[in-house]
Amino acid sequence: MVACSCGCGEDELTKQLEKVIDEYRGQPSGLIQVLTKAQNLIGYLPLWVQTRIAKGLGISLQEVYGVVTFYAFFSLIPRGRHKLSVCAGTACYVKGTKKVLKALRDVLGVKEGQTTPDSRFTVEVVRCIGACGLAPAMIVDGKDVHGRLEPEQIPEILEQYA
Amino acid sequence: MINLTIDNRKVAVEEGTTILEAAKSVGINIPTLCYLKDINVIGACRICLVDVKGARTFIPSCVAPVAEGMVVNTHTPELIKARKLVLELILSDHPMECLTCRRNGNCELQKLAEEYGLSEIRFEGARTDYPIDDSSPAIIRDPRKCVLCRRCISVCTNIQSVQALTAENRGFASLVAPAFNERLANMECVQCGQCSLVCPTGAIVERDDTEKVWAALADPTKHVVVQTAPATRVQIGETIGAAPGTIATGQLVAGLRSLGFDKVFDTDFTADLTIMEEGNELLQRVTNGGVLPMITSCSPGWIKFIEHFYPDLLPHLSTCKSPQQMFGPLVKTYYAQKEGIDPKDIVCVSIMPCTAKKYECQRPEMNSSGYQDVDVVLTTRELGRMFKQAGLDMINLPEEEYDAPLGISTGAGEIFGASGGVMEAALRTVYEVVTNKELEDINFTACRGIDGVKEATVQVGDLPVSVAITNGLGNARKVLDKIRAGEANYHFIEVMCCPGGCIGGGGSPIPTNTEIRLKRIDATYTEDERMVLRKSHENPAVQELYAEFLEKPLGHKSHELLHTHYTPRSNYPEEEC
Repeated sequence: MVACSCGCGEDELTKQLEKVIDEYRGQPSGLIQVLTKAQNLIGYLPLWVQTRIAKGLGISLQEVYGVVTFYAFFSLIPRGRHKLSVCAGTACYVKGTKKVLKALRDVLGVKEGQTTPDSRFTVEVVRCIGACGLAPAMIVDGKDVHGRLEPEQIPEILEQYA
Repeated sequence: MINLTIDNRKVAVEEGTTILEAAKSVGINIPTLCYLKDINVIGACRICLVDVKGARTFIPSCVAPVAEGMVVNTHTPELIKARKLVLELILSDHPMECLTCRRNGNCELQKLAEEYGLSEIRFEGARTDYPIDDSSPAIIRDPRKCVLCRRCISVCTNIQSVQALTAENRGFASLVAPAFNERLANMECVQCGQCSLVCPTGAIVERDDTEKVWAALADPTKHVVVQTAPATRVQIGETIGAAPGTIATGQLVAGLRSLGFDKVFDTDFTADLTIMEEGNELLQRVTNGGVLPMITSCSPGWIKFIEHFYPDLLPHLSTCKSPQQMFGPLVKTYYAQKEGIDPKDIVCVSIMPCTAKKYECQRPEMNSSGYQDVDVVLTTRELGRMFKQAGLDMINLPEEEYDAPLGISTGAGEIFGASGGVMEAALRTVYEVVTNKELEDINFTACRGIDGVKEATVQVGDLPVSVAITNGLGNARKVLDKIRAGEANYHFIEVMCCPGGCIGGGGSPIPTNTEIRLKRIDATYTEDERMVLRKSHENPAVQELYAEFLEKPLGHKSHELLHTHYTPRSNYPEEEC
């Protein structure tokens, strides 16, 4: 298995993670809270983080992984500084979610679920964001809504986020 | 009682009963797929939909409790259509490799498709595509054939308390697998194969090693011997259509001889030998202040479990190898010398109700004869397949006897197949060895049955011997936690990995459920009663083995060939850099 928490530059992080786990040590019911705090701390939830959490709470790694992959909020990959949430609800899908994703792929070189090598952007697909009137829409960093998107607008929008 | 109407019939059942169970009580069988009584009741697959008058939608009967005055229909035209649709949707992402699937002819999905007369799947589109995980020596996972019923997760988590599998991701990306879709061999999976027993399709199956055995049988330079586990004689009939609980000992021997095995021996023989070694080990521990309680070590899934989850308790394990692994080295030393056969030419095959035995025989320490002690392990299911391939009407063959000397056994060896059997066999011998008196009643009925944890105290001379018996690893965990807490005042504990003991092992015929397990247990004790000798220390072949070769229990040769050591493991991935 590939796992690493031996220290290689992550010592301080590991200590802080153990502190987060300490609050719920031996308590399986604390899983969601620990995962949330761990992701806030580390940015994502790789194998070594999940393994430490499983051990700390006294549950199976399978239990942890099942929860992590159930909730879209939790991420298995490093997140970029900016999150691009492309809506794939019915209205947006019909009005061109695919075109938007292709434009992002052309400009950034990454697909949905991926992060750009410079850690600037993470692209994700989300279910209906309730902005059907603006379809196809995308939310940046959970707050800026960009609607009625055309592929050619994408570079301009991205420039606003360093 | 709750009164309701199902298909125009009045039904009265207890409150809390599901519609499915209520219907079953009056002989109406609603089709199911994900449902597995007592193990997996989650209403996931929607095959068991019924029409409840006044309800907004069809209701999944496996999870819906009955209500007073409820009017239920189980097969309206709309329901048949709905179930067909559900089946079509499941099959739209199924590989349709029925003809080349291990479960061809014994698949619950195939059976439903046949019953509902599906002639076409209207839905085409994306299909999941995952690689087959054949990393384990015992169990093969093919997630493409998985219908996401979660039975395997339930049995692994709730019955065995191992939880090596989980439901990952959501929607179309849903996958049943170990975390990070890791390969099974790298996990804390104990290889018990209970998942393969409950899988409705061919998504989890035993590794098939029959070709290795056919090749050995056809090789004139090889001397091929076979041992049959105690439970296999009360299981094998089921693989070719006999009723559960059919005893087929003599037919099994005849069938194996017809297949071409040079000698047909019996694991019951080494079960008797185990009692001699383990019984003496227990007496030694009691006398010399050794680690107590001592725990049995016959069940390889159980061994892997304690290595992963309770490595601190390994000193409690008996150092005795399992009967299968005592047999291997004896064949390649004692028997080889006696018959003047070069052990390199011997192929030692086992027939086991168990998938974990495939893993056990490949453990690196299992080569005390200088060769891999047991070469190939076949499950009961695989042997059934070989009989079919050979066109043998095994169940109707004239009965034959096992070969001497390694085929001579007692009733004590036979009952090793059922939960409590090892304990009962040990008590029969320990009592007589210690007291020098004959037991008035050799039936220790307190040991028998499928209760998860059984306890008994038996007066042996001056010592009240306190024992516990568990089956199913979730139950074993309860007793292990007591030991950790210092609350277990037992001398001796028997643990069998699988529910009901080996008769319900992961290599058993499919289906295996509680009802069938009970029938196999009954057959096991019937077989015990039929035996002339029923105590291990009275086995003349075991006595001869000690006189000619081993000298005495726990002697030098025994330690070399019949005892082993264990490996502490982690139940989490190794952290490495």
